[in-house]
Amino acid sequence: MKEELVGKLVEALREAATVLPADVVRALEAARDREEGPARVQLEAILENVRLAKDKGVPICQDTGTQTFFVRVGTAFPYLEELRTAIPEAVRRATEEVPLRPNTVHPFTKVNPGDNTGRFIPYVTWELVPGDSAEIHLLPKGGGSENCCKLVMLTPAVGIPGVKEAVVKHIANCRGLPCPPTVVGVGIGGGADLSLKLGKLALLRPVGQRHPEPEVAALEAELEEAINALGVGPMGLGGRTTVLAVHVEYAHRHPASLPLGIVVQCWADRRAHVVISPQGEITVTGDA
Amino acid sequence: MVRVFETPIAEEKVRELKAGDVIYVSGIIFTARDEAHKVLLERGEPFPLEGLALFHCGPVVRKRNGAWEVIAAGPTTSMRMESLEPEFLRRFKPRVIIGKGGMGEGTLAALAEVGAVYCHFTGGAGALAARAIKSVREVHYLEELGIPEAIWVFEVERFGPLVVAMDSHGRSLYAEVGAAVEANLEKVLARTKEG
Repeated sequence: MKEELVGKLVEALREAATVLPADVVRALEAARDREEGPARVQLEAILENVRLAKDKGVPICQDTGTQTFFVRVGTAFPYLEELRTAIPEAVRRATEEVPLRPNTVHPFTKVNPGDNTGRFIPYVTWELVPGDSAEIHLLPKGGGSENCCKLVMLTPAVGIPGVKEAVVKHIANCRGLPCPPTVVGVGIGGGADLSLKLGKLALLRPVGQRHPEPEVAALEAELEEAINALGVGPMGLGGRTTVLAVHVEYAHRHPASLPLGIVVQCWADRRAHVVISPQGEITVTGDA
Repeated sequence: MVRVFETPIAEEKVRELKAGDVIYVSGIIFTARDEAHKVLLERGEPFPLEGLALFHCGPVVRKRNGAWEVIAAGPTTSMRMESLEPEFLRRFKPRVIIGKGGMGEGTLAALAEVGAVYCHFTGGAGALAARAIKSVREVHYLEELGIPEAIWVFEVERFGPLVVAMDSHGRSLYAEVGAAVEANLEKVLARTKEG
C-alpha cells in the first residue's frame, strides 16, 4: 500500500506542477479577452506557457513552490501510518523525477538538502473527520506570492468594512510582486494563525466558486470588483485584471479580536487532489 | 513590428527603446540573483558581460548525458537586487536586464547613465522561457552557490516577449502604474466607505 501511495502522490505532485487546473485556465482566458496592450501580451504569454508545460510535461513555473498538503482523514481510515510516511517520500521522489526545484533552505546554516524536505517541510495539515477514507489537497506555493501574504489584527469596531479596506489596500501595495492576476484567499476570525490558515484553505476551492453563505459570497464579489478597479493589472503593468478571484473563509473570533489573514496566490494557482478509499483505491485529479 | 535584439547589443540600439515596447533577445543571456551579484562585484566578471542580457532567474535544470538541460526558467523578483544593481550596471554594462516586478530609482538612474533597459518577462512563464533556451554554454559558481543562485550562461533564440518596462530615458511603467493605482485606491476606498 505504501509504495502505491508514494507512486500516486508523485503523480499528484507532477500533475500540480505541470498542469494548471481547468478553472484557472478558463479564468485566465476570460481575462485575456478583456485586456489589451502590455496586459494582453502578459496573458497571452501565460496561456502559451501553460499549454507548453502541459504538452511537454514540464513545470509551469521554475518556482515549483513549497510542497503543502491539506489532509482530511477519516477517523477509521486504515492507512494512516502509510500516508504519514508516504508524503515526504513522494516529495523526495518528485523532486528527482518531475523535477521540482530544491526549495528548502535551513534558515541558520543556509544548507539546502536538495530534496524539498526539511524541518516541518513538506508542510502537512491534518484534519480529522468522521469516516474511513482520506482526501488530500496539494497546494505547491511559490515564494513570490507567499511573500505578499499578510496578517492584520484589526480592531473589531471596524467590522467587515474595515476588512474590505485592509484587503484592497494591501493588494494595491503588492503591485506586480505576487505575479498577478492572483487568487486571493481571505481568512477572517479565529486567531492570528487560524486566519492565515483559513486564507490558505480558501484557495483550495476552484477559482470563482462562491462561498455557500450569501453574505460571504457578496463580500467576495465586492472585493473582486474593488481590487480590479485598482488598475494594477497582469504583472503590475496596468490593466483590468488584478485578481482572478477572491475567496473568503471565516471562523468565530474572540470578542476583542478581528484577525484578518490575507493569502495571495500567483496566477499559477497549482493544485491537485487525491482521494484514498478504505479499500485502498487511489484517485488523482488535477482539477480539484 | 516586434524587434529582435542580437547580443552583444550596442548602446545606441538600446537607447532607441521606449517604455511599453515589446522586444525579443537572441544570443547570450546570463542569470544572476542576489548572491551572484555579490560574488561578481567582489571577484569581477568571469567573461565579458558588456552588451549581454542579465536575467534575474533561478532555473530548474537537469543533467542528461553529461549536458545541462533547462526545464523551467522564469524570472525572479528583481527588487531583491536593487541595492546591488546600479553598481553592477556601471561596472559590467549588460544592456538588457530581464526580470519581474521592476526595480527602484537607483537602477532607473543607472539605466539612463549606462544606456540599458529593464524588461519585464512574464512572471511564472518558466516553460516559455525554457523553450527559447537552446543550450547551456557555461555555469559559474555552481558548487558554491547551488543551482538557483549559480550564474548560468544560456544561448537563446527569440527569448520573450519582453516588455520594456524601464527605459534609458527615465521612464518606468511601474512608476506610472503605481501613481495610477494610488489615485484609483483613493476612489475605491471612498466608494467602499459610502457603500
